[in-house]
Amino acid sequence: MQRQGIYTIQENAPLTRNVYRMVLAGDTGAIRAPGQFVNIRVEGCYLRRPISVADWDDNTLTLIYKVVGEGTKRLSRMGGPGAVLDLLVGLGNGYDLDCCGRAPVLIGGGVGVPPLYGLAKRLWQRGITPTVLLGFGSADEVFGEQEFRALGCPTMVATADGSYGSKGFVTDLLREAGMRYDYFYTCGPEPMLRAVYDACGCDGQLSFEERMGCGFGACMGCSCKTKYGAKRICKDGPVLKKEEVVW
Amino acid sequence: MVDLSVNLSGLRLDNPIIPASGTFGYGAEFAELYNLDLLGSFSFKGTTREPRFGNPTPRIAECDAGMLNAVGLQNPGIDAVIAEELPRIRQYFHKPVIANIGGFSVEEFRDSCAKIDAEEQVGLIEVNISCPNLHAGGLNFSATPEGAAAVTRAVRQVTKKPIYMKLSPNVTDIVAVARACEAEGADGIALINTLVGMRIDIRRRRPALANETGGLSGPAIFPVALRMVWQVSQAVGIPVIGIGGVDSAEKVIEMMLAGASAVEIGAANLVDPYICPKIIEKLPGLLTGLGVERIADLIGAAWKNKS
Repeated sequence: MQRQGIYTIQENAPLTRNVYRMVLAGDTGAIRAPGQFVNIRVEGCYLRRPISVADWDDNTLTLIYKVVGEGTKRLSRMGGPGAVLDLLVGLGNGYDLDCCGRAPVLIGGGVGVPPLYGLAKRLWQRGITPTVLLGFGSADEVFGEQEFRALGCPTMVATADGSYGSKGFVTDLLREAGMRYDYFYTCGPEPMLRAVYDACGCDGQLSFEERMGCGFGACMGCSCKTKYGAKRICKDGPVLKKEEVVW
Repeated sequence: MVDLSVNLSGLRLDNPIIPASGTFGYGAEFAELYNLDLLGSFSFKGTTREPRFGNPTPRIAECDAGMLNAVGLQNPGIDAVIAEELPRIRQYFHKPVIANIGGFSVEEFRDSCAKIDAEEQVGLIEVNISCPNLHAGGLNFSATPEGAAAVTRAVRQVTKKPIYMKLSPNVTDIVAVARACEAEGADGIALINTLVGMRIDIRRRRPALANETGGLSGPAIFPVALRMVWQVSQAVGIPVIGIGGVDSAEKVIEMMLAGASAVEIGAANLVDPYICPKIIEKLPGLLTGLGVERIADLIGAAWKNKS
């Protein structure tokens, strides 16, 4: 169940040229699953900005976001003593961990990587160590690799221009010799989700992105068609099971 | 004690605050957040005779003081609303609800209103005539007095419940449209619906909305809405519900001074889901400070001819 609250900005620093990591202190009781998101009120913008939760504990939550427009630009400049943000927390369904198989693979692209960290950590807490495949445009965009390795996850990186890791896409890593997996979790740009969907023979879960109005299911701004009828990305998603996806 | 109650054609509301259709779904998402019985009522998601998926995405864009939407009346259809949504609403809302009915032909409005007429839970029908009339080249029903009159006449024949015609502001003479509704037996007028607008994505060189244009709502439209409530409420003898950009107790009072008998809160619900209970909580103190004992005394108190 979602909640509104005021959160204190503890950290807000760049990880790459335009990707920032923000740590917020406050009540995280509404967060139930990795892959859920928060909706942030940004001074000077009318609509809130939905950002996925990268990780959380009892008193803090971590967001990793890319500066793509006016709202995230303003967000990136916030911080300092006493800086607070108004958040709606615990939004969306998040990933379902109960059907993860024995050898799940986590596939993230760009700013789709962050929610997979919270997922990897919770799988690890259940005694499951997922394989992690990360895709970025080039070396200067890479983040998160060390954090996944620190959990003990075998982690591979691909860059489109080959400036770091393997040259190519995450789906190229999937096809590498010796890659074994029986379930997938993914988050990233829609062309990547589609490629992953086509490349993986097994079941899995995909986290989608859509322009939102409210973020909590009221405005029908982010509806999509699925095999089981219309769903709201913000409320019934952002995670859809492979079997229900309609491209 | 300040008396917040108002009356809409015999329907008594504990207070004038009504979440606007399209920003509140069928109430379930907000019922997770607060007790909906605090509200005067709420106007449920615009419902059509047949189920509709609506427009492709992106359906939402932003502007400096508001937002654009092109949802396209996504809803499960009148039969599913009666069979599934109304029983659900009954569990978390124990007052009469406002049924917002949309349609693309006079027959469709008539059929849907005839069905909803049998539902005891519905205290008032808000007829959304801002939808395009498929038999008139896509021109919306409330674009002309004749179109508005035709829907009002058809709906009046099938229901005894109060019917409030929800008007589009995208017209030359809003007063003429409102008068045409009144002449055909409308019990009230609700205005305004959204103003047509658009944004363009400068990188893609394409409209930001998949539908190209959408409806502007939010604080940007408040002065337009207030002006239209002011004009219409003085020109007709039936109650007016004021809608458009209201996001504070002060703006609720402004709307009522302009002539609104009740006030709907729209886009603000999406930004602050607690906005309606916050406004309701603030009203008594604000009114006391203004020396007002009954909020209903404010209705039209700013009119030129009011003695």
